[in-house]
Amino acid sequence: MDFLSDPVLLARVQFACTAAYHFFFVPLTIGLGLILAINETRYYRSRNEHDAAATTFWVKIFTATFVIGVATGITMEFSFGTNWADYSRFVGDIFGAPLAAEALLAFFLESVFLGILLFGRKRVSAKFYLVSAWLVWLGSCLSALWILIANSWMQTPAGAELAADGSKAVITDFFAAAFNPSLLARYSHVVVALLIMGAFVAMAVAAWYLLKGRHQDFAMKTLKIGAVVGIVTTVVMLGTAHSSAVVVSEEQPTKLAMMEGMYEGEAPDLYLFGWVDEENQQVVTPFSIPGGTSFLATGTWDTEFQGLNDLAKSEQYGALDVEGAPVNFVFQTYHLMVAMFGLIAITVFLALLFQRKGKIKSMKWLQRLIVVSPVFPLLAIQCGWFTAELGRQPWVVYPSATGPEGVSLLTNEGVSQSVSNVELLITMTLFLLVYLLLIVAWARVMGRFIKEGPVASTAPAEVPAGSDETASAIGVSDDLAKEGE
Amino acid sequence: MELTFFQGLWFMLIFVLIAGYFVLDGFDLGSGVLYPFVAKGDTEKAVVRRSIGPVWDGNEVWLLTAGGALFAAFPAAYATTFSGFYLAIMLVLFGLIVRAVSLEYRGHDPKWGRLWDGCFFVGSLVPALLFGVAVGNVFAGIPMDANGDYSGFPLLGLISPFTLLCGLLGLAMFMAQGAAWLSLKAPKPSDLQARAAKLRLPLQIAAVVLFALVSVYALAVIQPAMDPALGALRWVFAVLVLAGIGVSLFFSLKKQCDLGAFIAQSASAFMLVGLLATSMFPNFVVASAESVGASLTAMNASSSELTLMWMTIITCVGLPLVLLYHVIIYRTFRGRVSDEDLAHY
Repeated sequence: MDFLSDPVLLARVQFACTAAYHFFFVPLTIGLGLILAINETRYYRSRNEHDAAATTFWVKIFTATFVIGVATGITMEFSFGTNWADYSRFVGDIFGAPLAAEALLAFFLESVFLGILLFGRKRVSAKFYLVSAWLVWLGSCLSALWILIANSWMQTPAGAELAADGSKAVITDFFAAAFNPSLLARYSHVVVALLIMGAFVAMAVAAWYLLKGRHQDFAMKTLKIGAVVGIVTTVVMLGTAHSSAVVVSEEQPTKLAMMEGMYEGEAPDLYLFGWVDEENQQVVTPFSIPGGTSFLATGTWDTEFQGLNDLAKSEQYGALDVEGAPVNFVFQTYHLMVAMFGLIAITVFLALLFQRKGKIKSMKWLQRLIVVSPVFPLLAIQCGWFTAELGRQPWVVYPSATGPEGVSLLTNEGVSQSVSNVELLITMTLFLLVYLLLIVAWARVMGRFIKEGPVASTAPAEVPAGSDETASAIGVSDDLAKEGE
Repeated sequence: MELTFFQGLWFMLIFVLIAGYFVLDGFDLGSGVLYPFVAKGDTEKAVVRRSIGPVWDGNEVWLLTAGGALFAAFPAAYATTFSGFYLAIMLVLFGLIVRAVSLEYRGHDPKWGRLWDGCFFVGSLVPALLFGVAVGNVFAGIPMDANGDYSGFPLLGLISPFTLLCGLLGLAMFMAQGAAWLSLKAPKPSDLQARAAKLRLPLQIAAVVLFALVSVYALAVIQPAMDPALGALRWVFAVLVLAGIGVSLFFSLKKQCDLGAFIAQSASAFMLVGLLATSMFPNFVVASAESVGASLTAMNASSSELTLMWMTIITCVGLPLVLLYHVIIYRTFRGRVSDEDLAHY
């Protein structure tokens, strides 16, 4: 099969799968990190032990998720060197610094203060514990900032020039590179999406308890926090989504054309859904708003954008192979993302409306809707990334409209020459096995935590099974053993 | 090409980060390797995991920082080593992944307890062994093509008597650090503490013997081209490596001052990386005799001066914070693991 013998394709599939998998856990941590910090703030004010139990509950869920985010994140940092050596040589002068900064300025912060959250409740003051909770969340947001700096630079390179020998990009202006044209729009777009995800998971856990008739107090409090965070972020999302789309329309013409299935130059229509007939180069849909996308991107109904065929003839985008471009795929992921946003908005509005005065307690259908609703932001986030990363193909460093001349790289020129397809197949098999183990383990532990629920910490500490004979052997456990007698 | 100030600084900083990793994650990887041997029963196992529970994640970030810094400061060296050692790096990666998850999940999923115990052990052993093998390769030299890509046989081409010895030296050092850590953190008196303390001596002797073998092998067979200007410094580091282990041995034999034994052992590990850095300078990856591509050095593998300058600024902001975080976490969780601590597990 062609697929199995093509190292470029294998490396791309491996990166796409490991990144998508990683980005299942990242939204949960950044999103739930905020819910956790808000919860701890509530406890700090109330000193109510039920609130402490709620924090402990979220810390457990957060940590069990965070650790898989960390573990699968190492894959991402390594993969630039392991699978994309020529890419690393080309962009190293710019791309490496944000990764190093991420580790130094964000990962240490997160990991150390998470240690305090996990084990330090009785060892540090209440205030310090509260600060730790917020620092963990801050750390995760900072980490996202650095990674988005790196990723946005690939989309809209800036502050760099091509080296004299043409072998690599060289930095000319650090701030211009870091605050490249798409950074702010894309960073805010991503972080707000992750916060929506966190809000939806919080609401879903709450709705699950309502459905089962357990932990009603916790459920109503959590539902309120989730609904408030959810509505605020959903409203803010409108702005960040808009500015992200505007940046794409200004900087990444081939991506915009793929998102809207534009083969010929036109003032793009707005589609709710459709199908790109790639052979006949047209969008099949029963319904569209003429010039609608043009209006959203520029404020006028008749601004023309270039289509894929014109772009492929230009010097800058000449490498684009119109027939092989994944136009329909990008079109579908983009429109699915937008559709999911619609469901997000409806769900969060209903949740906010009916959590008031506890009306939701008797509304089984709404509870069920909210239980499954984390699928909406999850799908939206994944679709958004597929749109962003497939839409920039065939380049890995995109020749954006305002980008410095010559600073671009084709994806197939970025792979590691020394890694064969056999090695890639071996590691892909291992990834499949290990990642399968992780997701099953995660689901088991999550199920257990949610079953246990937020129980007050006065409950007896859990001593591992079979520890009786070792308890006395270990000396210090004598007190414990005596208490048991 | 002349070595610039920033290139020299970043050569040193990369090795400082590696040393930080070797010292800090060293003891928790070592604890993982010792885990099935020193900890009997669930309570003792919980003590081992709890002793590194609050710190292992931060320790591992040193590796990510070193990797990121190598990428940023010396992209060519990062690209060549990570792609050249592809399968070995992936094994390390899978080890670190299952190890991280096992540490968090072992206490929450008793039914899968044995699986997670196994993951913790294997996930600690594989990186602890392979780091040394990787170092042995970049030190002894690997074949590269004109692009700087590794051109030898995947994985098996990286294994030679010398690189294996380096791997074992690394493993022995990790385990000695692990034993010193568990002697320091396990409740005293307890069987676990006694077992860990007893293991310090043989592990330290093994480390000294392997250190001697690697040194003799390197000087007699590999015969690397070492910078003569750093000769005196190399001797200082070599003496300090042995002095660190010696002091640690002394404390171990007197059966007191577990903290002193741990610190001296850690200092020894730090000095070993210093010795490596001064022996490698200015090379990151040495080209073997049959190699087409040249050795990758601080001069020819580096990023631009502007990038190195910004990296230096970022480090000046970040490193003091990182050290502060470490003071906070190690102070908060100072002392031996107590019963109360185990409530979490």
